[in-house]
Amino acid sequence: MVAVAIVRARDLFAAAMLFAIYSLLSAALFAVLDAGDVALTEAAVGAGISTILLLAVLALARRHEYPIDGHNVLALVVVTVTGAALIYATLDMPEFGGADNPAQVHVGPYYVEESYPDMGVPNMVAAVLASYRSIDTLGEAFVILTAGLAVFALLSHKPRRRKRRRRHLKHKVREHRHHRRNHEEESSS
Amino acid sequence: MRANGILRVIARFLIPLIMLFGLYIQFHGEYSPGGGFQAGIVFAAGWILFVLIYGLETALKVIPERAMYVLMVAGVILYCAVGVAGVMLGGHFLDFYPLLPGEHAAQQFGIITVEFGVGVTVATVVMLVFTLFARRKSEWKAAQVEDEHP
Repeated sequence: MVAVAIVRARDLFAAAMLFAIYSLLSAALFAVLDAGDVALTEAAVGAGISTILLLAVLALARRHEYPIDGHNVLALVVVTVTGAALIYATLDMPEFGGADNPAQVHVGPYYVEESYPDMGVPNMVAAVLASYRSIDTLGEAFVILTAGLAVFALLSHKPRRRKRRRRHLKHKVREHRHHRRNHEEESSS
Repeated sequence: MRANGILRVIARFLIPLIMLFGLYIQFHGEYSPGGGFQAGIVFAAGWILFVLIYGLETALKVIPERAMYVLMVAGVILYCAVGVAGVMLGGHFLDFYPLLPGEHAAQQFGIITVEFGVGVTVATVVMLVFTLFARRKSEWKAAQVEDEHP
């Protein structure tokens, strides 16, 4: 229901708030499913920080979405076909929560049984993230660093300079057109 | 918002608690849910609350922007350094067993150090991103004013 409200909202501030509610609801869902680490992450990142960042972006942008007239039939067809294919694909998935699912018989049992004797760390998730699969986590840390550097690269320079350069460019384009017109006149006469 | 007394008093109570909770998640992550990512985000959230109440300039006096650049790289370097230390002491990359004599002690030392590196990186990156967005508005306005009255 919240997702439908998000799609239908044209007021971007309301949409940001609805996103926060959606994150909080999924955090509650994860907590109900006993996934404490994921619930904590969803509540802190999804409901907290990304809402703040969306509001920071909204402070720079307009509050309302531009209205779009008419319907894009091709897009509707593509979305419907893709959705139907995805639903068809779920028929092949193993039964939810079944004991012989691939997730339950591959490395899962090893982590469940051996992580405490191996590490002496009661929280299995921490043992898997930081020790068994620590190179994955190193990659994630690099992703975060790259994200920070990308935002820095995009937002660190002052906007004034860019404006002046654009005006300069416009001036150049005008000059160029002027020159070309003169040239054409000369060649035609 | 600076003049709002109620918000200031409540924030003065809440911010230390949020930061303490962040540190708890960081260093208790092996026993209860949590770890570097979550701790970094919670810590940064406390700092962002400080920014909203007291203003960006005051907050940047507490943690200067230059420190953020240094710390966000230092976290990743700390992570890599633990991995390279394992290689130096005769193991594989990110192998924690050679670090300390006891097996469990070595693993716990490795996990805590690595998670601390992740926590520092995440916290400073979030703070930096928020700082850049928050400063953009004032810069923009200043540029517009300068355009109209050069």
